Amino acid sequence: MIAEIGHFALVLALCVAMVQATVPLIGAARGRASWMAVAGAASALQFLFIAVAFAALTNAFVTSDFSVMNVAQNSHTDKPLLYKVAGVWGNHEGSLLLWITILALFGFAVTLFGGNLPPGLKARALAVQAMIAVGFLLFILLTSNPFARVEPPPFNGSGLNPMLQDPGLAFHPPMLYLGYVGFSMAFSFAIAALLEGRVDAAWARWVRPWTLAAWVFLTGGIILGSWWAYYTLGWGGWWYWDPVENASFMPWLAGTALLHSAVVVEKRDALKSWTILLAIVAFGLSLLGTFLVRSGVLTSVHAFATDPARGVFILLLLVLAVGGSFALYAVRAPAMKMGGLFSPISREGSLLLNNVLMATGAATVLLGTLYPLIADALNLGKVSVGPPFFNAVFLPLMAPMVVVMAIGPMMAWKRGDLPGVLSRLKFVGAAALGVAMLVWFLQGGSSGPWWTGAGFALAVWLGLGTLVDLADRTRLIQAPAEAWGRAARLPRSFWGMVLAHLGVAVFIVGLTASSAWTTEHIQTQKIGETVMVGGFGVTLKSVDEVPGPNYTASRGSFEISRGGTVIDVMQPEKRTYRQPPRPTTTAAIRSGFLGDLYVVIGDPDPGKGGHVTRLYFNPCIPWLWAGALLLVIGGLISLADRRHRVGAPTRAGAVRGAKA
Amino acid sequence: MTRKQRRLYFVLLGMLALGAAVALVLTAISDSLVYFYSPTDIVTQRIPEGRRMRIGGLVEADSVKKDGKTVTFTVTDVTNALPVVYSGILPDLFREGQGVVVEGRMDKGVFAATEVLAKHDENYMPKEVADALKKSGQWNDGKSK
Repeated sequence: MIAEIGHFALVLALCVAMVQATVPLIGAARGRASWMAVAGAASALQFLFIAVAFAALTNAFVTSDFSVMNVAQNSHTDKPLLYKVAGVWGNHEGSLLLWITILALFGFAVTLFGGNLPPGLKARALAVQAMIAVGFLLFILLTSNPFARVEPPPFNGSGLNPMLQDPGLAFHPPMLYLGYVGFSMAFSFAIAALLEGRVDAAWARWVRPWTLAAWVFLTGGIILGSWWAYYTLGWGGWWYWDPVENASFMPWLAGTALLHSAVVVEKRDALKSWTILLAIVAFGLSLLGTFLVRSGVLTSVHAFATDPARGVFILLLLVLAVGGSFALYAVRAPAMKMGGLFSPISREGSLLLNNVLMATGAATVLLGTLYPLIADALNLGKVSVGPPFFNAVFLPLMAPMVVVMAIGPMMAWKRGDLPGVLSRLKFVGAAALGVAMLVWFLQGGSSGPWWTGAGFALAVWLGLGTLVDLADRTRLIQAPAEAWGRAARLPRSFWGMVLAHLGVAVFIVGLTASSAWTTEHIQTQKIGETVMVGGFGVTLKSVDEVPGPNYTASRGSFEISRGGTVIDVMQPEKRTYRQPPRPTTTAAIRSGFLGDLYVVIGDPDPGKGGHVTRLYFNPCIPWLWAGALLLVIGGLISLADRRHRVGAPTRAGAVRGAKA
Repeated sequence: MTRKQRRLYFVLLGMLALGAAVALVLTAISDSLVYFYSPTDIVTQRIPEGRRMRIGGLVEADSVKKDGKTVTFTVTDVTNALPVVYSGILPDLFREGQGVVVEGRMDKGVFAATEVLAKHDENYMPKEVADALKKSGQWNDGKSK
């Protein structure tokens, strides 16, 4: 019965969304306030209905209602409660329901927080938001009904894929979706602005915090997924340039570019049509990501069992949404004139350069991701495009961007003083060169890869460059006594920028060191045998069978010693689940400032005795997580900037007054 | 800067970035594309040894032999089979009779794998494997299990 209520609520939500997609739009075109006001109530109602549906599915999972097919196929009474709840989105239908729930939540948020938005813009944006909802609700109801029943109901379910039975499932997909779907806000407002034919500073101020929020979630979601893969797949890697990873990375790149170009719209009233384009592209890439994951057209670790009808439907949605917006863009964008002058040597000039490089980077990732599909369609043979391609193409494009990242924030708006900025950075440049040479020397010259020095130099350049900018603005050297007071008065968005850019610098250190200097030892280890890894002695002490809630694990106990003294015991597991009966690997990781010791236990070796073990020393891996954390914290601090709240919805003229 | 100059600057900047990207793509793509073959392709076509490639098919029953960290097994599309040697821990979902994709190089008639690809879902058959099996007429209607 509850499942039917959920299904019915989805149908009601579809009806409401259809009203919300049309009436406010007509109202906005004819200037009827009452028609436009429909959008607010409709978005609340739509959210309510979808929340009911989501609650109904969650209820079915928690109570293990196996008469619902989705539950029967993906759950089991044995499962801990956490995975019963998280299992709601651990499957195709449920993950789409989560997608649409978040979409409705964002729509409702516009109504909630957009009290002083211009009514026309708000009505149009909500209508566009509802159009997306209509598409996805139709998709769920027609091809992927999560509430379908099964007759007769089985006694127990077939269980959740053990690979997904990890706390990561509770956080990674919702975070990622909050990011993906969050870009729908920028998209809706971009389309609304195209319909209105007006983009101004107020528009940018409204779009910026939403884009920033989506970006924070997406950053968090991507890095959580990466971390999950790192500790659960047992390969010691954290990024594989897998199509689905790329699918989340492309919107991130476009979103990062959008974040920066929206600043230019707000401050300089320039790059307007470019920003609109980025907003469309960021959400288009989110949709493409959904398509790639859900349709299974690409071989990937994420693909669920495939159904061609679903792929075609999402492709249709994608074509309609992206094609429609591009057509609208082509018609309306030329009308948008930028105000004032635009000099290449200025803050906005460097932001533009950053944007162009980001967009080009995203385009190459897109090409690499879709190339296997293109080649297959053109009968060029079956190919896969792996890490070598992306590393050779994407990273060289990002290197100049990092160089500009240190220079840009030091430039003034309108007219920057490039020689002046460079002279402020000359010690930073010297330090970067010094570090590059030091790294080269420490790794023993050309016995390591040539690019390690470059990676570290970029990290030092960006990190120190950002700190020099901070020191200059607080006059730390000239008047250290007042520096603290000055620092406290700097706007939060500036602090957000500083932290995020430092985060990138820290991330580059982790990226470079972990790609270049990982050591891997695979061997058969007998009980009592010691292997030296990264300066640690790793001794296998015992392997025991340990019961878990719905699995049994063979747990290896490894004694870790350094310089002869035992400092730790690490216990990696190989688990075998009861339902479905399948093994998974849980690596044991000991993190330190310099890197991770990573221990995986494999199958016993019947011939010689002992177990196959895989031991890694992964240098600077924690730096990756720390860098990503800095990005997220920077984003959150910037989000808390009072300008985003106070001045946001007011139109031009009034903005200056609100600032004071 | 006049409007015309500004537009010229934007276009040049875009062209420059795009040109750099195209140059990078062209230099990288020939070395880093990994072609996919079925065991039949390997046997019937003359594919040069030493080139990086992927092969896919089913892991033949009773073919998996482990000797310490070295594993040998046979990948088959039922028409033809190919011996594979791999050093390391196999992914959790690797099993006899299941679809598999391995990446590596041909070395004196044996495929030396550097990577055995893991899958999240055991019901999921890599598309390339499904197509390879279809080609050899060994495909049972999308229900691989």
